[in-house]
Amino acid sequence: MSGGQILPGIGLMHYLSVGALLLVLGMFGIFLNRKNVITIMMSIELILVGVNINLVGFSAALHDITGQVLALFVLTVAAAEAAIGLAIVVIYFRNRGSIEVEDVTLMRG
Amino acid sequence: MLITAVFWIFATILVVSAALVVSARNPVHSVLFLILCFFNAAGLFLLAGAEFLALILVVVYVGAVAVLFLFVVMMLDVNFTQLREGVQRYAPVGATIGVVLLAELLMTFGGVRVAPSLATLHVAPIAAQTSNTEALGLVLYTHYVLAFQLSGLVLLVAMIGAIVLTLRDKPRARRQSIARQTTREVGDTLLMVDVRPGQTMAELGIFRPLTTLPQAPALDLIGPTPPVSADDATGRGDAA
Amino acid sequence: MLFPIAVFAPLLGAAIAGLSGRVIGDRAAQAVTIGLMIAAAACGIVTWVALITGVTHAGTDFISDWIVAGGFHVNWALRYDALSVTMVAMVTFIATLIHIYSIGYMGHEERPTYRFFAYLSLFSFAMLMLVTANNLLQLFFGWEGVGLASYLLIGYWYDKPSACAAAIKAFVVNRIADLFFAVGIAMLFATFGSIGFNSIFAGLGAHLQDRISLFGSHHVLGVIGLLLFIGAMGKSAQIGLHVWLPDAMEGPTPVSALIHAATMVTAGVFLMARMSPLISLAAPVLAVIAIIGGTTALFAATIGCVQTDIKRVIAYSTCSQLGYMFVAAGAGAFQVSIFHLITHAFFKALLFLGAGSVIHAVHGEQDMRKMGGLWRNIPVTYAVMWVGSLALAGIPPFAGYYSKDAILEAAYAAGNAAAHYGYWCGVLAAFLTAFYSWRLLLMTFHGKSRLEHASHAGHAVHESPLVMLVPLLLLATGATIAGYLLKPWFIGAHQATYWHGAIDAASATVLAAMEHIPGWVGYAPLVAGLSGVALAYLMYVAAPGLPARLASLFRPIYLLLLNKWYVDEIYDVIFVRPYRYLAGKLWQIGDVELIDGVPNGLAALAADASGQVVRLQTGSMAVYAFTMLIGLVVLISTFLLFR
Repeated sequence: MSGGQILPGIGLMHYLSVGALLLVLGMFGIFLNRKNVITIMMSIELILVGVNINLVGFSAALHDITGQVLALFVLTVAAAEAAIGLAIVVIYFRNRGSIEVEDVTLMRG
Repeated sequence: MLITAVFWIFATILVVSAALVVSARNPVHSVLFLILCFFNAAGLFLLAGAEFLALILVVVYVGAVAVLFLFVVMMLDVNFTQLREGVQRYAPVGATIGVVLLAELLMTFGGVRVAPSLATLHVAPIAAQTSNTEALGLVLYTHYVLAFQLSGLVLLVAMIGAIVLTLRDKPRARRQSIARQTTREVGDTLLMVDVRPGQTMAELGIFRPLTTLPQAPALDLIGPTPPVSADDATGRGDAA
Repeated sequence: MLFPIAVFAPLLGAAIAGLSGRVIGDRAAQAVTIGLMIAAAACGIVTWVALITGVTHAGTDFISDWIVAGGFHVNWALRYDALSVTMVAMVTFIATLIHIYSIGYMGHEERPTYRFFAYLSLFSFAMLMLVTANNLLQLFFGWEGVGLASYLLIGYWYDKPSACAAAIKAFVVNRIADLFFAVGIAMLFATFGSIGFNSIFAGLGAHLQDRISLFGSHHVLGVIGLLLFIGAMGKSAQIGLHVWLPDAMEGPTPVSALIHAATMVTAGVFLMARMSPLISLAAPVLAVIAIIGGTTALFAATIGCVQTDIKRVIAYSTCSQLGYMFVAAGAGAFQVSIFHLITHAFFKALLFLGAGSVIHAVHGEQDMRKMGGLWRNIPVTYAVMWVGSLALAGIPPFAGYYSKDAILEAAYAAGNAAAHYGYWCGVLAAFLTAFYSWRLLLMTFHGKSRLEHASHAGHAVHESPLVMLVPLLLLATGATIAGYLLKPWFIGAHQATYWHGAIDAASATVLAAMEHIPGWVGYAPLVAGLSGVALAYLMYVAAPGLPARLASLFRPIYLLLLNKWYVDEIYDVIFVRPYRYLAGKLWQIGDVELIDGVPNGLAALAADASGQVVRLQTGSMAVYAFTMLIGLVVLISTFLLFR
């Protein structure tokens, strides 16, 4: 396939597969640690890294820098998300003395 | 094919450590595996020719985000073993969904065909004689300058938001008020009284009560406070 | 220029009196409306004289565009020809006299009467608009305006439930007929591509053989003519749609006079004359008109013979006389029907205003059984009522003789079976007309007084004021000489020059045939009338016990007539009750359950559904996150499966 080879013997599909594995592992983590919000946030970070691997893989395979630009933005947003999310975890813990996600039941009308 | 072997090594470690991130019993271990993940992802970026992103990932994620995670995990006094309860209960569901999703994604990859006109659809092709960082900068500050500025704004909002959220506001804390300091005059704070020998405080009309409450307005040195009525006093007490 | 003044002055008067009557007061409102009506009458008569003497010529006064939509072009214009001018002169003249008369008649009203005068003027204006219309839409505008004004006037005493019911009845019955009229107008437009009179008449030749397929194939012109005639039946209270007319007596007497003499009921006859070029091409329609007219003439006359309310007797006589006019139209002699319309306007206005004078004299009593012997107290009214009755009964040389005679001669001369049926009905009705007219005169003015003096203690029976008598005398003059004066112009030697094409020329053959009928045809109605007078004299003066004995002898017939052939009762059973039942069902099922029920049900359904759905919103973030992820899996699965 055109631009498929990123390295000798390694194509776009390999990168996409790694991204997909990270996505699946991140989701699995969210299900598995449904009480620990910090681990959930780490799982989200994994998913975002998977996305970044996809983007970089496409960028390399297609010889187009745009994928890397998007990956940069994803990194930015992920950093912001981590900062805000951890801040929320901190004040939530401060108010409730717990970070169990299942205790978060106030988000409804 | 050394470089191919390097890819496989990076990829394997990445996936394994990612699996450990979600399954480690100790969250500190999770964070450490996450850092390992980031390193290996950076390695994959390097192999794909995205040096700048690889280094950014290491610097920002390992240096800042992962450390932030570590910091929060260690700072919060959380009983993490309690949080592990129910893992066995939810594992099958999560595994099923994960396997289904993975299978579907791989099926999708199997069916991918690239459009023949792909070569003409480039948005920003990488020029031949430019380094990765230069190429990125050439695009980022021209085509994507608005998105770039907005992402900066997102970071600013995140920063301010994190500060606002975590700032412990203590209403009783005594703070410096520069305006009050600069606008006060001698007469506001100083009262010259002729005291004859033997005079008591009551005779002088100095009305400072002997049993001063800590929050009494006696501390206010700017001027006389308005008389406090009973209702006001209770209201103030509530506020305090 | 005078012609638009004649038409629009009443409108101005109605607007001034109606809109500012509260401010300017009763006197000023009366002065304004009457002044403008006098101006209108002067202009109307001057234009009439100018046209028939050849000073001016027929034409059209364009006023403004009204509707311009594609090929549909309607404008406001005043048609200026012999027919409209004649009607304008008559309407303005009679309406003016009625306005003046109303000053006296409404003098005892406790409430302000500016509203009454405004309505009267509006009524006159609507009728003038109707007769001067240059197209059918403008005519329909006037037609509906007449309906509206009649509604307002019949229900003028709005605190009287019977008056309100009568007003609604008049309005509804007229709407039923108007539906057919409107369909007729629409078919005219569909056929001719225009609803202007000139273009319709010009296009008649091209559409003679056009047919329409609806329950069989029919001539378009016949269907249109029939629809227009049904519309005319409603306005002119022909049998079947006559039920509103007697009830309309609930209004003040000047209103009855205006409705019966000048404005409302003559609209149908006028419509027939206006559309005469079209109607005369449809022979079956002419036959229907003659049959309906003759039946109405006889039918109404029979009812008139037993009624005891003085105004109702005259009301049924109007119904009957309108039947005569339609007989003439059905015979193809439209000039004759217009001639009778004019003479009838004089003597019917005279009779109504005279009856009003009688009622005024006896303080609101309308039952003839409680009158009697009034002729000494109100001699002028007595005299003019004699004149009116003589004219109505067709005794020479009063106006009714010429026109009614001409109608019956025309009906005989037309030569077809329907017209002959009309003739015999007419002769019989002439006998009955004379009978009930003299019954009215004898019961009211002769014999011993049967007034309930107890209820009128302190109020002597008195002659009406001058303001009421002068119109009566003027009308009496008209009722006496109008027939003799107008006959040569309307139907006699000068008719061709007089009408000058305003009425279908084909009817001239009927007029010519009238000269060649047997002598007895002309005398028959006169003989019938005189014998009617004699019978009335016999029954109410010579042998006063006879009516009661006859009534008990022929009790079923008497009751049938007294109850107006039970038409109201039959309609009540056939139409009104099923309609009310249907309306009730529609209200309870259609409206309450469906129209209200569907939106209410939908709202309740939405409320219930959201009450259930709100449980999905647990507030647990974990559930939200899982839902998102499961949604992602489902999305990808769907994409893969249905790719």
